[in-house]
Amino acid sequence: MISVKNLYKSFNGKEILKDISITFETGKTNLIIGRSGSGKTVLLKSMVGLHEIDSGEIWYEETLFNKLDFNDRKAIRSEMGMLFQGSALFDSLTVEQNVRFPLDMFTEKTPEEKDDRVNFCLKRVNIINANNLFPSELSGGMKKRVAIARAIALNPKYLFCDEPNSGLDPITAILIDALIKELTEEYAMTTIVNTHDMNSVMEIGEKIVFISDGEVSWEGNKNEILSSDCEILNDFVFANALAKKLRPSD
Amino acid sequence: MIKFLSQVGLYFLLMKKVFSKPEKPVIYYRQTMREFVFLGLTSIGIIAIISFFMGAVITLQTAYNTENPIYPKYLIGLGCRDSIILEFSSTVAALILAGKVGSNIASEIGTMRVTEQIDALEIMGINSASYLILPKLIATLIFNPILTLIGIIVGIFGGWVAGTLSGVITSENFIYGIQYAFIPYYITYSLIKMVFFAFIITSVSAFQGYYVDGGSLEVGRASTKAVVYSSVLILLFNVILTQLLLS
Repeated sequence: MISVKNLYKSFNGKEILKDISITFETGKTNLIIGRSGSGKTVLLKSMVGLHEIDSGEIWYEETLFNKLDFNDRKAIRSEMGMLFQGSALFDSLTVEQNVRFPLDMFTEKTPEEKDDRVNFCLKRVNIINANNLFPSELSGGMKKRVAIARAIALNPKYLFCDEPNSGLDPITAILIDALIKELTEEYAMTTIVNTHDMNSVMEIGEKIVFISDGEVSWEGNKNEILSSDCEILNDFVFANALAKKLRPSD
Repeated sequence: MIKFLSQVGLYFLLMKKVFSKPEKPVIYYRQTMREFVFLGLTSIGIIAIISFFMGAVITLQTAYNTENPIYPKYLIGLGCRDSIILEFSSTVAALILAGKVGSNIASEIGTMRVTEQIDALEIMGINSASYLILPKLIATLIFNPILTLIGIIVGIFGGWVAGTLSGVITSENFIYGIQYAFIPYYITYSLIKMVFFAFIITSVSAFQGYYVDGGSLEVGRASTKAVVYSSVLILLFNVILTQLLLS
């Protein structure tokens, strides 16, 4: 479980996150949704410690993460996996080396055990016969899947996904969503997904937090989101023409 | 002024992170070997080519400017040797490497920054500054002096080839000239300078790349800044080191 309490974050005097308090539950796919520029990515990066927060608390189970120094954070970070918006695969390493990287860095496994784990993770995300390809040789969907394989290589307790579907076609996006949900249940992870893709919301939104102008405006799940009386949420959810047609009448 | 001081402070904080204890030395060793190839071995060609032609030009210019019979011919060889050892093989070679290696380092690290690869390292709990920069520093600190030695040998050889083929000096006179009044310390001086220059090139370029904020345009700007700042610092430290080492 990850809890955020009264979190504030600003850049150059401009307040980006204001009094954010949320609890993300274990074994569930938790979604943070909101318009571009609403502060979703800043919140996610603050939770993993890439941004230092101005005030507030970030708890990983019983540990107050934001008060730890770099070395003390290592223990928790070794339990984190993160899927970045642009995949963030290491350009100079092959697919296999990318997935193997955290194993090389943080485990004392034998080369054979590492090979087994790499192949297992790649197979789990349906990447076959691509071990020796470089990231530049992969499609967008494949890059995301390799990034997921790298993120789960160390059996993380916490999985963070920043816009996992950006730049993907709807079918590949659904496959990535399904994969994230399956892995969350399989490994009982606390998964937090940043997205503005309504397909993802309806596919995997077990817990949804809507952020607007750096504040939590609504919390619920995928069943409640269509009948919310939060106006800005409705503007977001029913923004496109198709959604407007499907909108339940008041 | 405040911005300049904050940048200097940021640079030293980055260096503190770079020289902290590596997470897994064996991985750093592997990275260092990789950097030997990318930053060192791939620079041999350009250093050799430029040294050869610089040696040739220095010999011809010395020959055409010392046509007075009171100057012995072997001075052409001596002039070529000292010019190559004292300035070309260290300072000029370092300026060339600032362009090649410096821009390479800044753009590589800068691209990793804007594509969130550095964030990915940090998330894993890896000291990204140390992991990315320390192997480059070790590789250039060790390999750049080797490039200096290669530059000296190839430069003097270029002078000999140009001198003898153009007929401005005989092979015997040239070889006598490069042996005449030879001071071995000049080579040590040149190598010491190159070690300092290697540190400047790598650390300044890495600093520029590591703190890139934005996109590809900013990566390009960081590359340019890396070359310009490294070059200016090389010239500044050339004066300081020459005064310290030769006075």
